[in-house]
Amino acid sequence: MEQTSSMKRTELNMARSMCWHCQSEVTGEYFCDRCVKVQPLSKDSDYFTCLGLPRQLSIDADALEKRFYEMSRAFHPDFFQVKTDAERSISLANSALLNTAYRTLKDPIQRAEYLVGLESGSVKDIRSTPPADLFEEILSLQEDLEEYRSAVADGSHEELGSLRTKLESDKRSLEQRQRDIEAQLGTLFARWDALARATAGSEVTQEGKQAVIKDLRELLSHRTYVRNIVNDLTATLEAA
Amino acid sequence: MARIVGIDLGTTNSLVAYMDGQTPRVIAGRSGRTMVPSVVALTDNGLIVGDPAKEHLIRSSDRTIYSVKRFMGRGLQDVAGELAYFPYQLHEKNGVIRIQLGDKSYSPPQVSAMILKELKQRAEAALGEDIRQAVITVPAYFNDSQRQATKDAGMIAGLDVLRLINEPTAASLAYGLQQRTQGTIAVYDLGGGTFDISILKLKDGIFEVLATNGDTHLGGDDFDRRLADLFLADIRQRHNLDLSKFPDSIQALRLEAERVKIQLSSDPQVTVELPLPGNKDVYRREVTREQFERLVADLVELTLRPCQLALKDAGLKATAIDEVVLVGGSTRMPLVRQRVQALFGKTPHCELNPDEVVALGAAVQAGILSGTTQDMLLLDVTPLSLGIETMGGVMSPLIRRNTTIPTSSKEMYTTYVDGQTSVDLHILQGERELAKDNRSLGRFQLKVPPLPAGIPRIEVMFLIDANGILNVSAKDVRTGETQSIQVKPSYGLSDQEVERMIEESFKFAADDLQARQLIEARTEAEAIRTATEKALGLGGRLISADETQAIQDALARLAAATQGSDYRAIRAALGEIERVTHHLAEVLMDHSLKEALQNKKLSQVT
Repeated sequence: MEQTSSMKRTELNMARSMCWHCQSEVTGEYFCDRCVKVQPLSKDSDYFTCLGLPRQLSIDADALEKRFYEMSRAFHPDFFQVKTDAERSISLANSALLNTAYRTLKDPIQRAEYLVGLESGSVKDIRSTPPADLFEEILSLQEDLEEYRSAVADGSHEELGSLRTKLESDKRSLEQRQRDIEAQLGTLFARWDALARATAGSEVTQEGKQAVIKDLRELLSHRTYVRNIVNDLTATLEAA
Repeated sequence: MARIVGIDLGTTNSLVAYMDGQTPRVIAGRSGRTMVPSVVALTDNGLIVGDPAKEHLIRSSDRTIYSVKRFMGRGLQDVAGELAYFPYQLHEKNGVIRIQLGDKSYSPPQVSAMILKELKQRAEAALGEDIRQAVITVPAYFNDSQRQATKDAGMIAGLDVLRLINEPTAASLAYGLQQRTQGTIAVYDLGGGTFDISILKLKDGIFEVLATNGDTHLGGDDFDRRLADLFLADIRQRHNLDLSKFPDSIQALRLEAERVKIQLSSDPQVTVELPLPGNKDVYRREVTREQFERLVADLVELTLRPCQLALKDAGLKATAIDEVVLVGGSTRMPLVRQRVQALFGKTPHCELNPDEVVALGAAVQAGILSGTTQDMLLLDVTPLSLGIETMGGVMSPLIRRNTTIPTSSKEMYTTYVDGQTSVDLHILQGERELAKDNRSLGRFQLKVPPLPAGIPRIEVMFLIDANGILNVSAKDVRTGETQSIQVKPSYGLSDQEVERMIEESFKFAADDLQARQLIEARTEAEAIRTATEKALGLGGRLISADETQAIQDALARLAAATQGSDYRAIRAALGEIERVTHHLAEVLMDHSLKEALQNKKLSQVT
């Protein structure tokens, strides 16, 4: 069901465009019906459109992979070796775009970050900011880390043991926090998708969408922050 | 379309394969062997390649090049640690290593081109057609410079390199074709000089590489060295002899180490035998497999870390791997098999000949490119992150390692100073934070219109193609004008140098052809001379004295022509012999027919 509706969307996107080669109207998906030449994917199309998907955050990984493989079979340079230079360069550009689109949408976090960028009309990076309620915790953790590192440097073994236990428990609680954030993200994903499916254009929907995007941006930036700390902790603990 | 061959250009051995319908086949030489040793020697009769060149290693080691793949796309300082092991002279020119052979020096791509030419000729002889297009394999972990050097080698050899394909992925194609495998596989490829690990997902004919890792300076050569070093020390102690002062003996020692290593894969104990210089004494000792394994255990361990990193990048646990495939001659070592089995918890596959499987896979990829092999598609990745140097000598990554190729990244550049007319960019490859710790690929200069600072907007596109090779293009966003970018390679030949080498190669090809024709004409002259003298002996009495004299004169002229180096003169003399012996041949034919008939009659009578 989902597949057919997305197919139609792609066709609509491609329609009314002219074949670069024979100038006839292209109605097929990726190839001109008349001269069978491969058509360039629109440079302005976003990754969702490129893969023929609605702009939603829940994506069936298997269906996405299937779509990616299908399009790879259509565009990969391997199949254009004996074609003209023009077709080969279209194949190369299409494949490069397809690969980037797939890589971005495959990963839920990258997908959400990409959507936030698309919806806010800016490609500004999502910053890494600490959640407000974690501030105190993070400050004391930084102190513990400092102490631990100097204890390692001095080789004072007695302190090391207790510090290590403390850091390990900090790490566990931060990892829990990471999971919580991911669960919250899941809820936001669902909220976004419901709004995206709702009748487009209504003012209420637009406002709701902007609110979700704002929440997503904040949560994603918290997630990046917490992840960075956890990685730092893991590296420090493993190094010893 | 013209036939495309698949070539495995290995560190120690190279092979060529083709698609026979839907089946890839390796092409054997006249001796029946499929492997061509990747060795080039300069002899008094010119350059020779392969088995005969390998024989020269122990006779004229300073004029014999082996393991040239180790130098592809590298500078002298990259290989400083192992220079002592090589008998030939190396120097560097414009960031490219040059190898001295007689009074000429050659770049590694030129030497590789000689090996490629040999394979090309082998394929042409076997298939009876001109070969101009090829798929060539490279280690998955080869960087941009090393890939470019391989492509240059193909061009110098007169081959249009339609695709560079990674060795482990090539192997997976050969396996996948044969076994119709589905699922997640790990290809562990330990060759003569390089190690690669690739994790792939096989589904409905799509071979998707999830991650790859490796070491382009680790392989069977290193195992040989450990054994050779052991023997060297042993000889010093027992025979009070420093063998390292005898380059030819060192090569003999190296080959003996290789033989012992190979035999230890099947035998628990092997006797080393090496004639010492002067032919007076022979070095003899026993080596057990256990001794050998202790000697190289740390090298085998070195392969495990890349395996773990590749698994991590693929987001998989070792237990999630369905099949493990072994590729490369070094995977015949029982220790390697044990370690791989322990890591993945699976008995590895080795049904296909580990020496041939990469070439077979290259042929399959050639079939895909020519459209004769359908339903299969390989989606490979770039092994190393690509980036540019930014303020403070930091590398800013543009394309992450293990990104599916082809892939591209666009960056916008502007100016910091009013009227600035160019921006310099330094391209890097590697995983380290600091620019200086990564591989420098090259530099280029963006042309910018003189405008106030921050106004120009130049969009640079970094595109890694399906060969894993970087292409750079730039566009002025305001004017829409594109500019062609010439990247000056840090460790590679410039386009002009490659052009010149291609020309030289054609010139040599003409010289080679001359030499070959001369040798062929001389050989034929010798055969004709013998046959004519024999005919004169048999039938001299059946022809006139004048005729005999004419034939003897012609023979003398042939002998004189054979002394010269003009094959056309020899051909002319041969033509004359044929003319003047025409009657003699007829008479002899008649005579022998009569004799045959008489014999028949006699036999009928009796």
